[in-house]
Amino acid sequence: MIEITFIEAGGQEITVTAPVSGNLMHIGQRADVAGMLGECGGTCGCGTCHVYVEQAWLDRLPPIADDEADMLSLSDGLRSESRLACQIKISSELHGLRVQMPDLAR
Amino acid sequence: MENRLVIVGAGQSGFAVAAKLRALGDQRPITMIGDEGLPPYQRPPLSKTYLTGAVEFGSLLFRPEDWFREKGIDLRLSNPVEEIDRQTKHVVMRKGDKLAFGDLVLTTGASPRRLPSAIGGDLDGVYVVRDKRDCDLLRRVMHPGRRVLIVGGGYIGLEAAAVARSLGLKVLLLELGTRILQRVAASDTSDIVRAVHLANGVELREDTGLRMLISDKGRVVGAELSDGSRVTADFVIVGIGVVPNDQLARASGLAVGNGISVDEYGRTSDPSIFAAGDCAEFSYRGMSVRLESVQNAVDQAETVATSITGGRAPYQPQPWFWSDQFDLKLQIAGYNAGYDRTLVRNGQRPGAKSVWYFQQEQFIAVDAINDPKAFVSGKRMLALGINPPEEILENEALDLVEYTRSATASSAA
Repeated sequence: MIEITFIEAGGQEITVTAPVSGNLMHIGQRADVAGMLGECGGTCGCGTCHVYVEQAWLDRLPPIADDEADMLSLSDGLRSESRLACQIKISSELHGLRVQMPDLAR
Repeated sequence: MENRLVIVGAGQSGFAVAAKLRALGDQRPITMIGDEGLPPYQRPPLSKTYLTGAVEFGSLLFRPEDWFREKGIDLRLSNPVEEIDRQTKHVVMRKGDKLAFGDLVLTTGASPRRLPSAIGGDLDGVYVVRDKRDCDLLRRVMHPGRRVLIVGGGYIGLEAAAVARSLGLKVLLLELGTRILQRVAASDTSDIVRAVHLANGVELREDTGLRMLISDKGRVVGAELSDGSRVTADFVIVGIGVVPNDQLARASGLAVGNGISVDEYGRTSDPSIFAAGDCAEFSYRGMSVRLESVQNAVDQAETVATSITGGRAPYQPQPWFWSDQFDLKLQIAGYNAGYDRTLVRNGQRPGAKSVWYFQQEQFIAVDAINDPKAFVSGKRMLALGINPPEEILENEALDLVEYTRSATASSAA
């Protein structure tokens, strides 16, 4: 099991203990993290699981793929730390990961 | 006064109503009634990664069953509603129990259209693709080397063809219309999709219908086609569209057209009954439409949830859809009904293409094929009402995302 913290746009922190499987979007959805929509079910198809990954953690993730970068390219609140949560596979190295949800008026 | 919300239908849209209500802080009791014995799950992967065996069913559940208990959502599975009594505001379930409601939401979805039994629709070995059970049955017969006949060249038929080829089956796909995807896409898109299927060994016969299935001892063994030819088949997949599950609504006297008629707040002709998703018909761009998509299932459901809490936020659909076939990732933004012109644009990466739809010079939809930049650009343009000039789209050296950013900035200014 690993621990992951989601910081909602309103500032509320949700810390989840999750098994080392699946992706970050699923974990966020199951914890009811506000803004973790993921309408395409995690196929890099909709861009609605946008998160900011703190820089120190970003360096430990595999680099962003072209499709993911393209899907994010017009997202509201795009930053250099932007990633799609569905493309972040959960591994034991991610214990302690902190991600911030963008502030999206929807 | 009873304030229980009863949701009939435990699919994506029913789940979205309940989840949105709780996210809005609404704590009224909710009962969600489903006829499959399963908590709500994602359907799109059924005809894709679930059918190939790439994903486990558990990963398709929106939430584990515990979640519903924790949220005060009473899930009643395998016990479908048989009747709505609008006078006394009760639903009657198959096992005889009656349940009172304050508000009622119908998220009953749609059912696959079947082949008439007169031409063999009831034979053993004839399958549809709609729910987990359908796909579990199919997975048992999709063995390498077997021959499958697929009836219908829409998204379901084409996705099933792609899965079957990837598992090593021989595939013959029939399309009654002059081309695959005729109902939902322009010929430019059909041509691109056809080429991918042919390259992957699917045998396609367009402009060819099914006269009848041929059977042996009650089991399908082949088919006679509209051109008189005969083919053999170990089994058949029927993908000829769906019909909305509007029987309950119809029987209780609600207004029903091609689906349960709702207004922009998701309300039916009865002010305490709402409908959303595949089963609901509404007015969009002057047309009466029913959208079969995740986007509509979720967004219309959220409109309903807001209406139930007393909010007034009319549904303004921003349709989008996707399909995965072989290495082809098709992403569609907008709704192309009524288009009078298309423009095809090559994307920057190899194989990336997009088909842009216009109605009276107004951009209304785009099919992006392995071209996520075209998808996000088109989707954003539609949301903001940006009408891309032809010379922009024809300039293939231009980065569409950059164009969209600058057009967004000037539309905001």
